[in-house]
Amino acid sequence: MTAKSDLPQGTLDLLIMKIVAMGPVHGYAIAQRLQQVSRDVVQAPQGSLYPALHRLENRGLLDAVWKETESGREAKFYRLTKKGRTQLDAETASWQRLTEAVSLILNLSEGGVK
Amino acid sequence: MTWWQRLWQKQKLDDQLDKELRFHIEEHTARLVADGLEPSQARRQARIAVGGPEQIKESCRDARGTRWLEDLWQDLRYALRTIRQRPGFAAVVVLTLALGIGSTTLMFTVLNGVLFKPFPYRSPERLFSLQEKTAKATQFGDLWAFAYPNFLDVRSAVRSIDPAAWRFTGGTVSEPGDAEYIQSCEVSAEFLSVLGISPAVGRDFTSQEDQAGAATVALISDSLWKRKFSGREDALGATVTFNGQQYAVVGVLPASFQLADNPVDLMSLMGQNTQPVMKAREAHPRIAVWARLRDGATVERARSELAVVANRLAAEYPRSNEGRTFIADPLRPKAGNAGSTMWLLFGAVILVLLIGCVNIASLLVARASSRGREMAVRVALGAGRGRLVRQCLTESVVLGLIGGVLGILLMFFALQPFISLWPGSLPRAQEVQVDWRVFAFAVAVSLMSGLLFGVVPALRAPAQELERSLRAGSRALVGGSRRLQSILVASELALAVVLLVSAGILGSTFLRLSALDPGVNTHNVLVTRLALSPSVVTDPARIRADWQDILDRARALPGVRSVAMVDTVPMREGNNPLGYWMNSALPPRTELPLSLANSVTPDYLNVMGITLRAGRFFDGNDRMGSQPVIVIDEVLARRAFGDSPAVGKKLWIPDMGPAPQQVIGVVAHVRYWGVADDDQAQVRAQFYYPFAQVPDQLLRRWSELMSVAVRTENAPLGIVEPLRREIRTTARDQVLTEIRTMDQLAEATLARHRFLLVLIGAFAGTALLLACIGIYGVLAFLSRQRVPEFGVRMALGADARDILRLVLRQSVGMIAAGVTIGSLLAYATERLLERWVSGVQLGDPVPFVSMVAILIGAALAASLAPARKASRTSPVTALRQE
Repeated sequence: MTAKSDLPQGTLDLLIMKIVAMGPVHGYAIAQRLQQVSRDVVQAPQGSLYPALHRLENRGLLDAVWKETESGREAKFYRLTKKGRTQLDAETASWQRLTEAVSLILNLSEGGVK
Repeated sequence: MTWWQRLWQKQKLDDQLDKELRFHIEEHTARLVADGLEPSQARRQARIAVGGPEQIKESCRDARGTRWLEDLWQDLRYALRTIRQRPGFAAVVVLTLALGIGSTTLMFTVLNGVLFKPFPYRSPERLFSLQEKTAKATQFGDLWAFAYPNFLDVRSAVRSIDPAAWRFTGGTVSEPGDAEYIQSCEVSAEFLSVLGISPAVGRDFTSQEDQAGAATVALISDSLWKRKFSGREDALGATVTFNGQQYAVVGVLPASFQLADNPVDLMSLMGQNTQPVMKAREAHPRIAVWARLRDGATVERARSELAVVANRLAAEYPRSNEGRTFIADPLRPKAGNAGSTMWLLFGAVILVLLIGCVNIASLLVARASSRGREMAVRVALGAGRGRLVRQCLTESVVLGLIGGVLGILLMFFALQPFISLWPGSLPRAQEVQVDWRVFAFAVAVSLMSGLLFGVVPALRAPAQELERSLRAGSRALVGGSRRLQSILVASELALAVVLLVSAGILGSTFLRLSALDPGVNTHNVLVTRLALSPSVVTDPARIRADWQDILDRARALPGVRSVAMVDTVPMREGNNPLGYWMNSALPPRTELPLSLANSVTPDYLNVMGITLRAGRFFDGNDRMGSQPVIVIDEVLARRAFGDSPAVGKKLWIPDMGPAPQQVIGVVAHVRYWGVADDDQAQVRAQFYYPFAQVPDQLLRRWSELMSVAVRTENAPLGIVEPLRREIRTTARDQVLTEIRTMDQLAEATLARHRFLLVLIGAFAGTALLLACIGIYGVLAFLSRQRVPEFGVRMALGADARDILRLVLRQSVGMIAAGVTIGSLLAYATERLLERWVSGVQLGDPVPFVSMVAILIGAALAASLAPARKASRTSPVTALRQE
């Protein structure tokens, strides 16, 4: 097993929102997709998924409906709200700015800035 | 979903959460089975992957944001359970609080009604009171009531305010029905509309009516309407005869209407008052002016407009208006003496409440110490410190609120009796009602008391060293709580010192004042105002004859010793200060020293029992046309003439004419301003002049002011009915008003002192009792905890007296600290009393020292019982307890 990084604080919410943004999904599917997309590099703690979902729901970033799955079982499907969409865009943008800035610093040659 | 919906649907949300997690696990299991795992193995892995279901559920519940409420609910139930477990303890706490919060809320209700509530007029915040202000101040300050002509000029000049004038009058209504003396007022036409009041029946005045020569009209009170017209509609247009003048009734005032706290039975128009003095800008009848700020206007604008008028009038009428400006202040209720009485009592009840809270706190600390183990176990089981503090506080706040509810109930029952016991009459008493402010205050006080007595034990409880507490149980905790409890008891004692010293000072002041000689023999003297028949008041000769007739008739009544007339009765409202000088080179009017002037008939000295010091009093020969004479009191004699004999000297009194007055006698000083207030009064000097020498042109005005004083053989109130009948027989419209005995008047001047003394004395007693209970309880508790220690000491050779000393030393420490701090606080309180209660003199150390001594004695006595008990500890049982 390769060493996995812990998820930086606050990024779990961002990832969940990104996944939910692709269409209504239930909790298990989100867990699956989290694992797939992060290619087992990032350790998404399973235990914090549901509290995070409920927190986002209470903040009005997600809403949820009970629907039948393809297999005919009832599950709670999450959707991104309008407010959630705005929040996702804002956080994505700021995340990208941050990573660019960090990689810029990390890529500096030892001699420093010319 | 809002937080309260989430709270409301807690069960549904929990079910859904459960279902969601189950779905997750089942999906995961199905997936693993499909991958080829054993079903039981798959299920296990799926469960492990998702983590502990209860922990997840708990964090999901936390995410709802309703956690604090659920905790609160839990704490509340826990608190109620603990309270039920020890009902005796809870009862003591709740009762203490109910009394403390109840009395604090009661005083707040009174303050709120009298001082805080705005007047019951429309938008009272836009109402202003206008006054005249002079550049130079006299003894009476620099603010003056308006002169009517000044009001008229202001009213026509200003644009940003609507001013209205009013003044109290009074007189006899002789038709319809029996003659009756009533309170009345004169107003300018716009008065009611400025206040935002409409007549309940009929119409308001019009401005055309508000001038000399217009048809005389009046508004009457609801009460007069019912008395004279049985509330019939046809009263409108009917006439009432008031002071001999016929008025057409145009409207009836609302039943609740009061003017500056006085009921008024008849309202007439100031513009119809044709007395020449109304036109005067100097020595004028004083009128009050209220004004309403117009919509969109500002006070600053109004003030600058007033300044402009004032300047113009100063140029136009320099004699009266030089240096005179007009000021506008927000119209606010004034309570005078009642205000400081209320604040003093409010302070006192807050002190009692504080002492109660400290007492409860020390009880709780003792209990928390014995509950130390329970707390320690809960900490060990994972309870956070904050959570424990919160829970302890919930318990005390619940107690506080229960006490508060009971307190409000008590207050409801006590409010009316309390108001009726108020010395004199409480201003704006009809406004003293329980409203939302009172409830808000009661809730705030209850919560704060709960937090106050809860916070000390609550912060302490979980602060113990966990391991030590668990090992040693409650006994190990005593060390820390001993200091805390000593501090609590000391502060209780300190607060009690403040109340005791205040009570002591009030008591000694009351005793001193009661022993003072008022200067008159108040026993068996009746005084009553008398309104002459309106038919005689226009003719000076008839006025004189009528008064003489009244005196003769009254003197002839059985049981009457002597009768006199007097214009200002000592210790009753009303006074007439005049400037005087010792020679004809008079300084400017405003710089003249002042003396109270009193016009009387020759028998006055006998009726009041005033001692003649030198010369003679008036007799029948001092009349109009003879030498103008006065009799002065010893204060004026000393001020004006020093040690040289005053009889035969002259005084120049410009208000009584250019000719000097001959001093024919000196009499003892009368405590005119009341037993308590006379020493501090601004004008103490007095002189008397004969009513017979009042000039004709002033006679009508004087007759409105005169009272009859009767010295009787027996209880003076028995003479009232015969006197009333006798005086009525001459003319049916001659009535007595304001009937008092001199004893009542003298008593009333000390009523406030008695009231304060009784209440603050009762509070001080309560405080002393609470403080003694506090010191007793704490010592008993601490000694109980120290029994094993005493055992060891005794085993090592200490005897009973050593143990007694040991316990007492502890209490002496607390008492010393309490008394020291308390004395400092009491020192400040004394200054407050000196300022707010007339007659308080601080030179005397006796009340202070004796009250502190009483406190020390009581506290020592209270500590003796637990100390004795401790000293009788048997070493064997003590050590066995270990």
